[in-house]
Amino acid sequence: MKLITKKRLKHLSWLSKIELRREEREFEEQLNEILEYFKKLDEVDLKGVEPLYHVLELKNVFREDAPKPSNPGEMLKVVPRLKGRYVRAPRIK
Amino acid sequence: MKVKIGLEVHVQITSLKTKLFCSCSSDYRGKEPNVNVCPVCMGLPGALPVLNEKAVREAVKVALALNSKVSRRMFFYRKNYFYPDMPKNFQITQYDRAGGVPLAMGGYVNLDGKKIRIERIQLEEDPGKITYEGTIVSSPVSLIDYNRAGIALIEIVTEPDMESPKEARHFLEKLRSMVEHLGICDCSLEGAMRCDANISIEGGKRVEVKNISSFKEVERALNFELTRQLTLSKRGLGVRKETRHWDEVRRITISLRVKEEEEDYRYFPEPDLVPIEISEGLIEEVKREMPELPEERGRRFFEEYGISKRMAEVLISKKALADFFEDATRDGDPRKVVSLLGEALSYMNREGKELADLNLNPREFGILSKAVAEGRISERMAKDLLRRALIKSKPLKELMRRAKKQISDERSIAKMVDEVVRANRNAVMDAFRDEKAKDFLMGEIMKLSKGRADPRLARILLEKRLEEVKTESF
Amino acid sequence: MRVKKKALELVEEFEGGRSVEEYVAKLLERIEKKDKELNSYITLNGQAIEEAREVERRIRSGEKGKLMGLGIAVKDNISTKGLRTTCASRMLKDYVPPYDAEVIIRIRREGGIVLGKTNMDEFAMGSSTESSAFGPTRNPFDLNRVPGGSSGGSATSLAASLSTIALGSDTGGSIRCPSAFTSTFGLKPTYGRVSRYGLIAYANSLEQIGPMGRSVEDMALLFQVIAGRDEKDSTSVNVPKEDFVKEARKGAKGFRIGVLKELTEEGIDEYVLKAFWRTVHKLEGEGIGYNEVSLKYLDYALASYYVIAMAEASSNLARFDGIRYGLRVGDRGSWEDVFSKNRSKGFGKEVKRRIILGTFVLSAGYYEEYYLKAQKVRRILKESFDSLFKKYDLLLAPTMPILPWRIGEKQKPLEIYLSDVATVPANLVGIPSLSMPIGFHNGLPIGLQAMAPPFEEPKALRLGYEVERTGVVP
Repeated sequence: MKLITKKRLKHLSWLSKIELRREEREFEEQLNEILEYFKKLDEVDLKGVEPLYHVLELKNVFREDAPKPSNPGEMLKVVPRLKGRYVRAPRIK
Repeated sequence: MKVKIGLEVHVQITSLKTKLFCSCSSDYRGKEPNVNVCPVCMGLPGALPVLNEKAVREAVKVALALNSKVSRRMFFYRKNYFYPDMPKNFQITQYDRAGGVPLAMGGYVNLDGKKIRIERIQLEEDPGKITYEGTIVSSPVSLIDYNRAGIALIEIVTEPDMESPKEARHFLEKLRSMVEHLGICDCSLEGAMRCDANISIEGGKRVEVKNISSFKEVERALNFELTRQLTLSKRGLGVRKETRHWDEVRRITISLRVKEEEEDYRYFPEPDLVPIEISEGLIEEVKREMPELPEERGRRFFEEYGISKRMAEVLISKKALADFFEDATRDGDPRKVVSLLGEALSYMNREGKELADLNLNPREFGILSKAVAEGRISERMAKDLLRRALIKSKPLKELMRRAKKQISDERSIAKMVDEVVRANRNAVMDAFRDEKAKDFLMGEIMKLSKGRADPRLARILLEKRLEEVKTESF
Repeated sequence: MRVKKKALELVEEFEGGRSVEEYVAKLLERIEKKDKELNSYITLNGQAIEEAREVERRIRSGEKGKLMGLGIAVKDNISTKGLRTTCASRMLKDYVPPYDAEVIIRIRREGGIVLGKTNMDEFAMGSSTESSAFGPTRNPFDLNRVPGGSSGGSATSLAASLSTIALGSDTGGSIRCPSAFTSTFGLKPTYGRVSRYGLIAYANSLEQIGPMGRSVEDMALLFQVIAGRDEKDSTSVNVPKEDFVKEARKGAKGFRIGVLKELTEEGIDEYVLKAFWRTVHKLEGEGIGYNEVSLKYLDYALASYYVIAMAEASSNLARFDGIRYGLRVGDRGSWEDVFSKNRSKGFGKEVKRRIILGTFVLSAGYYEEYYLKAQKVRRILKESFDSLFKKYDLLLAPTMPILPWRIGEKQKPLEIYLSDVATVPANLVGIPSLSMPIGFHNGLPIGLQAMAPPFEEPKALRLGYEVERTGVVP
């Protein structure tokens, strides 16, 4: 059974805000092939195993609530389009 | 018809000096756009979040105040979705599914004898703020200010336990007073406390209403939405599950868009942050530091000051009000303070003002109440004076000083009138026919009071006394 | 002046009066001449000569620094303030970071000079440096072949003497693979050893910045500088740092070595295996004995790795929408159209593939099936490593199962993924691994990797030194 159908690919493309044009047909096949390989994970018995999100045994890494000066001039230099000091983005509707 | 309302309240932790995950100042109101920004809160490639310790502590306070169970070990999750106000196109938040544990779960708020249950409490970051040229619909661009991006929010999610829009507003008022008393949020700041609401009627689907900016708006928005749903239902049309946008100007809810695709937030643990463990010790410490909360305070007002339960409820609905009451009471009389506050409150209601907008000094307020209690000034006059102070936005003290010069209490003036009438029998007889004789008597009264008698009142009392003498003499 | 000198010698010579400026100029001249063909650099540091003069002044004023005067190649996913950082992507082709990565701050503090930014697979997604938007880098040992990836530019610059030391990043082998393919040394440090602040994330729970060099000592020297806790990275750890150069020089006598059976069996190129065993036996002759050991669950590492890496990547790369930085191709249409357009134009195919698949494995209904399972495999794999490290100081395997392939030869994505089989386990469980050159076949380099327990990089360095000293390296 193919997991990546045309319909699903369209949905994934919408979710990830990536338009697929020429790549579409090629991707369908490649992605299915890769997912087929991922099926390998089904072979392992994982009953009672907890996921390991962090390899380190770290906890409670905090920062003090003390302000540091910002450097807005530098930050705005990389913005492609500004309007005054606002970052200009496309319309919402 | 049974109505179910649940709320998702976002409370900014305004007691913090910095944002949730970076050291940028959190003091963004009234600032130029994009001044409190750094690689972290602008979502620059390569920047990493580091958690503000105090934010966790403040959130624990809220959880304990809401009788919630604080999690011992918790994580942050990424909520993935695109939106122009999102610096990273995911929000660092918490999650209660897929192995996620939010900061606290369960809990309740007592509301008019019933319990509104809390589902969960979590910490998360605020997105940036979008400004439109015109309205959201007509604006050709959106302008983004990231000063707000990354501000620490506590999200409080309730069960759908509220049964009317009014109840929802009451809940919010109660919650507001609580976070104010905890010293976590100054709710008078614009946007410091916001909420989304979901509402459903029997047999209908749940509708989420977003973009509600204030408590008054909550009631309005929900009332509108309720009427809309009831109308649909009466016509035999079902209420469908959707998210609607409250249009504050037109006072209607609108369907923002019917999504062609279903959103899927793809929550997963934030790899750039490590787990948080909250020790018994920390919880005990926070408990010890817990200030007096509104409910307790109301009880104390009732017992200590002998004011009505109803009035105590009113006072604790806003921390500023309760504080004002207590400050005023220090030099004043509690019951008279309450009575005078009633006058101020109705003025505020009429004018749509907050206590902070008024030029009222609690100490002076207390002194005035004491003067009333000791009969040095009539209550009516005190209220009159207060009204004038509010309207002219003048300090009470100044008006009181002027009032002291003038004798305007009825009994003292009546006494003087009596004295003058007794001492001037001839003039009194003339006065029945001659207005000039009346003026002479008035002059005598003013002389006697060293010019301090309220002339308007003195004339009324003189007329009254003359009538009596006339009747007696015939 | 020879540019192929060891880093430590050069620092000494600079201190002794040799001109830093001349050395840097010579390197730049070499780059100018040789790199047209190799394409190892994307951007050269236009300030390099000036910086050399400044370092020279610092040296003459008596300042000491571990990297004083050294020319360093930096992978182009590490943020450098004022110096374009592209991630080899069209998306960031004009992006000039407003801040330095923590490793860059440390390098500058010690007197290192960033020569330029090196080529890589786009967003570090690849094992060949073929997916760069700036064209592939060529292997100096055979211009028709790949140098490995994704840090292929850094490795090539070292092999061709276009830098003295280099920084790479390793998410699933991206330092070690190109090291093996270019006959250089490359270390993937323990997760948490080096700050990731400023490293443009591909898969944050897996990757580390690491040192690359032509000798173990060179690499150890750079490692000394970049390792250590950084308060800007919550996942960086405070572990005492030994003197890594000194440690390396101790050699590996007395070590117990485990050779991973699963990575020395079928599926591994016979010439790679030949070189591998030749080295192992030579070490045995030096008194460093070995056992063949089995690493349970290794078979599942690759699938687990790719699921996690793609999932994290799909979220990490969401921030590239063209609003705050990066490619902005248009402004027409709704924000969703504009986001999609920017991202579709900005990202190359492999990046798109991984984002789409990462989005899939995190989506509702598939999270448990893929992502959660992958994270569970990670735990049992870590347990297998832990139990082996109870008995062995180091675990050895070939770095790459194959020889450098011809540019354009591998077309199927999965085929390229499979070449990471030996490198990804170290990333999944967070342990350090050092790749070292052990010979050639038909002029094509072969590498061996030594995996050590967490924070025991010195062990791997010591073995590398042993291999280097005993003349296994041809």
